[in-house]
Amino acid sequence: MSEPLDEMDRKLINRLQDDLPLTSRPFVQIAEELDVDEQEIVDRTRRLRDDGYLTRFGPFFDAEALGGAFCLCAMSVPEDRFQEVLTKVNAHAEVAHNYERDHRLNMWFVLATENQDGIASTAAAIEQETGLQVLLFPKEQEFFIGFRVTA
Amino acid sequence: MTLHPKDRAIMEATQAGLPLVSRPYEVVAETLGMSEAELLKRLSRLKEQGVIRRIGAAPNHYRLGLTSNGMTVWDVDDAVIDELGKRVGALSFVTHCYRRPRALPDWPYNLFAMVHGANRDEVHAKRTEVAALIGDACRASDILFSTRILKKTGMRLSRKEN
Repeated sequence: MSEPLDEMDRKLINRLQDDLPLTSRPFVQIAEELDVDEQEIVDRTRRLRDDGYLTRFGPFFDAEALGGAFCLCAMSVPEDRFQEVLTKVNAHAEVAHNYERDHRLNMWFVLATENQDGIASTAAAIEQETGLQVLLFPKEQEFFIGFRVTA
Repeated sequence: MTLHPKDRAIMEATQAGLPLVSRPYEVVAETLGMSEAELLKRLSRLKEQGVIRRIGAAPNHYRLGLTSNGMTVWDVDDAVIDELGKRVGALSFVTHCYRRPRALPDWPYNLFAMVHGANRDEVHAKRTEVAALIGDACRASDILFSTRILKKTGMRLSRKEN
């Protein structure tokens, strides 16, 4: 069983969403900012991760800087074909996330491929298999990438 | 961009996360057979190159009670979208914000801003704040709530990670 979050947990979750210094003891600076021991920061961070409040602690890599490609895609799937189309779409390993949304365009997924050509070829394959159009919404400009939420 | 084999090994060793100890890089360096100093130097360089965006934690929105997520979409005048996009992206409750191409005639929206909240009312209230910020430059908008997660796989190195 996990305990409810206290004030320090919330401060820590908020702080951990900002960049940490690349130093031998990265938690020291946070400990000073929050005026607690370094060990307490380490222990709390571990507990927050173990309890599922944090999914991961570490470096976040930019796959695009490594040559990978991403593209948000959307389809308008008839209700009576939803499961069949979903099975076909999800069968592609390139489909990283897929969400149902309450709109005429009711299936939204992200393609993640090793290179730019993979986006078009995967989308074309899905169109061929399903007979439905895949709209592509590649990002043209990113305005913020903090994934920050207030705990 | 091709990574140096040592950098690739660093990426593989850290993409699942760092050990939660006082000196996490010392532990990772040992498993990689390099010094802590070299590991930190290489990580710094990867960060300067933009390969690493940041070092930190990813929150679990659902676990934090933010169970409602709305993709707000806006048809914004092209002349001012970049200036306004920056301001929308800077709002504390917007977690992702992108300019994307319209898909006319089906889809007139070119600005996408993801908003999380404890429930739909909260997300709607935040959408109103975004609308006030964009003002007259917005010609139309909509909000798409997610009703179901259909697939969610961690993107790992072989498949790329984000």
